[in-house]
Amino acid sequence: MTLATATKRSARGPRTSGPPDHGAWFLVLPALIPILVLSVGPLLYGIALAFTDSQSGRTEPTQWIGALNFQDLLHDTLFWDSFRIGLLWAFGVTVPQFFLALGLALLLNQPLRMRWLARALAIIPWAMPEVVVGIMWRLVYHPDAGVLNETLSCLGLGKGEDWLTGTATALLAVIVVGIWAGMPQTTVALLAGLQNTPRELHEAAAMDGAGAWRRFRTVTWPAIKPIALAITALNFIWNFNSFALVYVLTQGGPGGRTRLPMLFAYEEAFRYGQFGYAAAMGCVMVAVISVILAFYLVGRLKGGDEA
Amino acid sequence: MTRTKRTTRAAQYVALAAYLVFLAFPFLWLISTAFKPARELGSLHPTWIPQDPTLENFRQAFDEQPLLRAAGNSLVAAVSAALIAVVIATPMAYVMARHRNRLAKAATGWVVISQAFPFVLIIIPLFLILKNLHLINSLLGLIMVYVVWSLPFALWMLVGYVRAVPAELEEAAAVDGAGKARTFVSVVAPLLAPGIVATAMFAFITAWNEFFFALVLLKTPEKQTLPVILNRFIGAEGVADLGPLAAAAFLATIPSLVVFAIIQKRITGGMLAGAVKA
Repeated sequence: MTLATATKRSARGPRTSGPPDHGAWFLVLPALIPILVLSVGPLLYGIALAFTDSQSGRTEPTQWIGALNFQDLLHDTLFWDSFRIGLLWAFGVTVPQFFLALGLALLLNQPLRMRWLARALAIIPWAMPEVVVGIMWRLVYHPDAGVLNETLSCLGLGKGEDWLTGTATALLAVIVVGIWAGMPQTTVALLAGLQNTPRELHEAAAMDGAGAWRRFRTVTWPAIKPIALAITALNFIWNFNSFALVYVLTQGGPGGRTRLPMLFAYEEAFRYGQFGYAAAMGCVMVAVISVILAFYLVGRLKGGDEA
Repeated sequence: MTRTKRTTRAAQYVALAAYLVFLAFPFLWLISTAFKPARELGSLHPTWIPQDPTLENFRQAFDEQPLLRAAGNSLVAAVSAALIAVVIATPMAYVMARHRNRLAKAATGWVVISQAFPFVLIIIPLFLILKNLHLINSLLGLIMVYVVWSLPFALWMLVGYVRAVPAELEEAAAVDGAGKARTFVSVVAPLLAPGIVATAMFAFITAWNEFFFALVLLKTPEKQTLPVILNRFIGAEGVADLGPLAAAAFLATIPSLVVFAIIQKRITGGMLAGAVKA
């Protein structure tokens, strides 16, 4: 059986075979059961909860209330403020991070000295607990003991600010931390793409007298484009759903200026106990993100055909 | 031509140096703060290098917060989650890599979709399910959540490692009359060992660093993991408390950094390729 399918597969490429035999089920079940019970099940349960009045610590039974939660959400200006902040944060982190990481990946792909050090440093944030990243940047931004204000005053650029509690600076300050924290994944992914770019093409283009920018446009970019698309899409999702970093940095303050949708929903669920309402928020978040991503990916893939 | 090349190179070094500064300075500042005495932390002009370095902050951090117990909880949760995750993920990854049936497709779909779940949609039902099982405020409940949560990435990594093992070996085993499970245990799994170790270490780091689930599911300080305890440190801290906070944060990072340094070598070392050839 194994031999037969393997030969067929190698001869005709991917194909669908019949249901797996008992051995295969035996191999799959240990992972399948936890996935069904603790991931797929809760996801469906969560969507169902969005249509109920479920609350924490209530004695009356939970009831179906149809789309009432969603109607309430539509008029919940606090939620839409938070949603707008979430989008600002997600774009504000994802876009600059992509360009910074692309620059770093291009540099790391060059035969420079000290490249190993830069590679090692570039991945350190990846290994750090998000809570520690938050604490670290709280120390950097600290109005009195922080290095940022001290550096600014040394350079004669003003007395400094209370970055994380100022209404004007808080969102920008957390966005910078978001960019810093996500650099490794993006850089490593793009660097992997760069290292798969055929070297001969580069050399041929250089022989034809193509400048650096032209070589990038015609050789490098087409080669890394699929990876670039995938990593920006993933970054956007991860950023929109992120919680720990901003929770540690500002707890959503000052005055809700950095209250990402995840923080909002967390408070709704676990501070006020509104399980059903918070689940409805989660559903809206998934829906909007899916639509944005669909437009992004479809648009980009079409652009690729024209180029 | 060579002249422009030289200027380009110089510009590249300047750019690289700028990146290094941006990437390294927060971490260096954390270390600097961790070794500063309270008097220096309160000074008007904080310096990069502590003038009078001290270990006092570390002592104080251990005195003020249950760091050791929290580190123990984190260790139990992260090690168990990592071990269970690879034990159940490896066979599944094998089936996903070798069979292109509906189940394998559904599993791949789940791996992709699970990246987009907003945790809030998952955490409320999980909280209710675990509450019914009396697994709130229990490390066992947290470990179960961590196992499932680290599965998508573990499966993704392991499928790649399985594909790197030549199918001919399994075909030979099948000709010899070995069943699927048998082939997997005695032929494939040993060849995957380096990949399994790397995957387990990655799962360990993810669980060691995790904050959100631990925050929601663990209620009492006796049960809480290191990130949650560190977060309790934060708040209306005076300048003098920054030292112990930095010291604790620095210590909490070391295990992840060490493990991460080890996997780097494993992944780049090509041990798998060597094992297959040998």
